[in-house]
Amino acid sequence: MIEHATKQMSLTVDDLSVVYGNGNAALQGATFSLHGGTICALVGINGSGKSTLFKSIMGFVRPTSGAVKINGADIKTALKNQLVAYVPQSEEVDWSFPVSVADVVMMGCYGKMNWMRIPRKFDHEVVEKSLRRVAMWDFRDRQIGELSGGQKKRVFLARALAQGGRMILLDEPFTGVDVKTEDAIIDLLRELREEGAVILVSTHNLGAVPEFCDQVVLINRKVLAYGATDEIFTEQNLTAAFGGQLRHFHFEQSTIQRHDGRAVKVLTDDERPLVFGKDGHLEYKNREGREELIKSRRKETE
Amino acid sequence: MQAAMLSGCLIAVMCALLSCFLILRGWSLMGDAISHAVLPGIVLAYWIGMPLLIGAFFSGLFCALGTGFIKNHSRIKEDTVMGVVFTGLFAVGLVMFTRTTSDIHLDHILFGNILGISNRQVGEISVVAVCVSAVVWLKRRDFLLLSFDPSQARVIYLPVRILHYALLCLLTLAIVISLHAVGIILVTALLISPGATAFLWTKRFDRMMAIACATAVFSTITGILMSYHFDLRSGPCIVLVQALLFVLSMVLGPRWVKKMGQMG
Repeated sequence: MIEHATKQMSLTVDDLSVVYGNGNAALQGATFSLHGGTICALVGINGSGKSTLFKSIMGFVRPTSGAVKINGADIKTALKNQLVAYVPQSEEVDWSFPVSVADVVMMGCYGKMNWMRIPRKFDHEVVEKSLRRVAMWDFRDRQIGELSGGQKKRVFLARALAQGGRMILLDEPFTGVDVKTEDAIIDLLRELREEGAVILVSTHNLGAVPEFCDQVVLINRKVLAYGATDEIFTEQNLTAAFGGQLRHFHFEQSTIQRHDGRAVKVLTDDERPLVFGKDGHLEYKNREGREELIKSRRKETE
Repeated sequence: MQAAMLSGCLIAVMCALLSCFLILRGWSLMGDAISHAVLPGIVLAYWIGMPLLIGAFFSGLFCALGTGFIKNHSRIKEDTVMGVVFTGLFAVGLVMFTRTTSDIHLDHILFGNILGISNRQVGEISVVAVCVSAVVWLKRRDFLLLSFDPSQARVIYLPVRILHYALLCLLTLAIVISLHAVGIILVTALLISPGATAFLWTKRFDRMMAIACATAVFSTITGILMSYHFDLRSGPCIVLVQALLFVLSMVLGPRWVKKMGQMG
């Protein structure tokens, strides 16, 4: 954990193409780069190559051409150094597995243990620290199936913390998660960003993106656009990425602005809505403390 | 009788340890497939005068690897491929066997004959069973992670491919060496029931392994005693006790574990 803390992380995806054995070209010439600390959203429809990109970063699929580099070195080196941490989608996990919360978090430490994976005192401390950080220490002896959706997510985040991963991949972190946990997860990701990590979040929850992601990569087999969230999240870009798959609610002046002239309240059941204001600028709350960051990100991508 | 007890218990422990991984990995029928597929290897080894166990091992491994290969290169699901491959190999084995005049009893290959094993066989069983059990137990955490979350295993740079094939080899070895005791048909049960029974009683993997071993050893001793006193085949007796233990666990198993299953 400590030895990498000072190092600035970087992820470079350079002209990456992946063609699967059945001829399916999942990615074509994807190019972008991220520098820590940043929270970047990877946004696209199903089948747009989001998971292929994730798999490439984790070294599961071999690029047909191009390359993915972490800190300028190949993926293998990054994996060896335990730099890449992965928080899976909830559906991918077998929740009936006979393992406890602490067991799962301990699995994050395996890479640094001896061949029999016998935990040392140090490892137990790391597990405790990680679980406390996501407020799950009290649940350490629970079997993983006995947790709520949000708690389950936090366990796997704790595993990423225990591993000390600095390139953190999250697959749909907010599916099945209550609003309170969602906020807690976002807070944690912000802390990790301050520590210099590169956090890549694959999601189709558009409304959450402007609230906590500094940057966005819009993807549909190739990278359609990438850069600071404010610039990339335009109606035009999103329509290009999603085609007809987005639901539009257009509030006419007559229906809203008569009441008090300014405020519009939007309620949704689960996912955060994405709201564009007048002239198509992005509306979101919780900007505090991020203006500087957004500015510096903008400079980077220019 | 003592030889039978000793080798039976060693086999029981080895298979019980493996069964915990098999049922969690969804490999329950892999044991069935490999055990049937060893038959052509046994006959072939007999023809060319090789040790039968070596023939059996390679033939079983061929089935496991062949299944994986076909699955990766076609649209057919794994269980379907497995079904075709192992029944095919078993059929080849039966055809080859009927063309052979030998002193091997097909009965003994199919159903085992633990009360009639030789001292040499006891030696072989002991060495292999202790080695396989030791490797599985020492590397249990790696195998567990591989079964639970293969992506995580790869991300932290575990040798995923080697672990996968190692587990297949250990499984094949276990099956081949167990043939003496319970035969081709029933070795599957030893590789599923103990783990399944233990799964009903606990939410922790290490405890699951312990319970699996305990039920397997108990079943083996009881089964062998039954077969000895009532003049029954030993293999079916062992498996019968295991099945009864499973049913009892279904009925009596702790309520919280059942609830957990529903949540998952």
